[in-house]
Amino acid sequence: MGYKRTVMDSEGIDRSLNRIAYEILEENKGVEDMILVGIRTGGVFLAERLQKKITNMEGAEIPLGILDITLYRDDLVSTNRKPKLGKTDIPFSLDNKKVILVDDVLFTGRTIRAAMDALIDFGRPKLIQLAVLIDRGHRELPIRADFVGKDLPSSIWESVSVNLTEKTGRDEVVIEESEH
Amino acid sequence: MRLANKDLLGIRDLTIDEINLILDTAESFVEVSTREIKKVPTLRGKTIINLFFEASTRTRTSFEIAGKRLSADTLSISSTTSSIVKGETLIDTARNLEAMNPDMIVIRHSAAGAPHILARIIKQPIINAGDGAHEHPTQALLDLMTIRAKKGSVSGLKVAIVGDIAHSRVARSNIYSLIKMGAHVTVAGPATMIPRYIDRMGVTVCYRLEESIRDADIIMMLRIQTERQHENLFPSLQEYANYFCLNRDNIKLAKDDVLVMHPGPINRGVEISSDIADGPHSVILDQVTNGVAVRMALLYLMMGDK
Repeated sequence: MGYKRTVMDSEGIDRSLNRIAYEILEENKGVEDMILVGIRTGGVFLAERLQKKITNMEGAEIPLGILDITLYRDDLVSTNRKPKLGKTDIPFSLDNKKVILVDDVLFTGRTIRAAMDALIDFGRPKLIQLAVLIDRGHRELPIRADFVGKDLPSSIWESVSVNLTEKTGRDEVVIEESEH
Repeated sequence: MRLANKDLLGIRDLTIDEINLILDTAESFVEVSTREIKKVPTLRGKTIINLFFEASTRTRTSFEIAGKRLSADTLSISSTTSSIVKGETLIDTARNLEAMNPDMIVIRHSAAGAPHILARIIKQPIINAGDGAHEHPTQALLDLMTIRAKKGSVSGLKVAIVGDIAHSRVARSNIYSLIKMGAHVTVAGPATMIPRYIDRMGVTVCYRLEESIRDADIIMMLRIQTERQHENLFPSLQEYANYFCLNRDNIKLAKDDVLVMHPGPINRGVEISSDIADGPHSVILDQVTNGVAVRMALLYLMMGDK
């Protein structure tokens, strides 16, 4: 049995999200033309929390979209064991909008590549910025995050999970040795 | 997440879990068709051949659109413009198509079992788009999807299927799927159009429209195949309409929120009156919209078995 370590608790996650919310506002000088898009599934809950925080700070609610990147993955070929497809819900045009893409863990960058391809199909955003709770390194594509909750140096053999109350009943970030 | 079989030949072969997987996936695909750019790159570089040995507008267009919205290259072959008119056998046609390396073949054929023959000799996935009077699985799946979207669940619903049950692959596939999902199914039609022993499929049989649709949640009207009139299954279209046309009077026997379905093409005034076909209970065009999503789901789930 491998080791398992909690690297962020509920308060840590909340403080990180507070800072990210402030940084998003500072970087973009307010919320004008801003849209949050959460990547299914972990990114959606984080985007909802950021939306609440930003609304409280600015008094204006920014739109929130949900993106499932499955159909844009680069590893769907030659297997018929398919990932479960979730619903995408972006009921507005992204033309000339500042899109803040939100995900839980930034790892190889392949999910973000897929997400950006998907976003472009919904219009031509003015810009896309990336907010993640955890950046664990090991990038395979030239992609970086604009807003990071925590840099977590990890081994490729470890797995990092962001557990959120909305899904698993409690907030924590856990790093553990992978099974193989 | 996968379907157990390489091919989709009939509803009979699917488990309840597989049906739910297909329907859940299809619901997620609905959104793609509402976008301004109605295309995702999922099946880029894949080739899908639609082999249609029988006339079709809806099903063929639907499969073609489904493939294109997933970025697959789709092409349709119809019997009148192919080498079948030169006497080539089904198996030879299939082997020649296979030699061009398609990734999937969709087939409609007037002979029951034709897709099964293809499935045995060809290694790529085969989808049955209707074989004789046997099965039309994608129609039954889009019907389930339409019912689920409007009613929440299929289990416990009272469903009437009315018309030429004997010659209808739509009826057969729907009976399999509805009973699997827990609905109560009644079939009705003239005695000449009700096959013997159909009750063994688990349905209630009756010979009057009024009896079958009483308190129904769903009414599925089947197309009267006018080309069968010479078989003397009914005296005249008018006589059929007198007894079996769903209209504004007899529909009152069904539940107030009854859904009226029809696989198309409809014969207005024969099996269904115009005001019902275009009225508030009708979900006939929802069925067509959902058909694209169901077929996208199947292409997505079945593609790539290597």
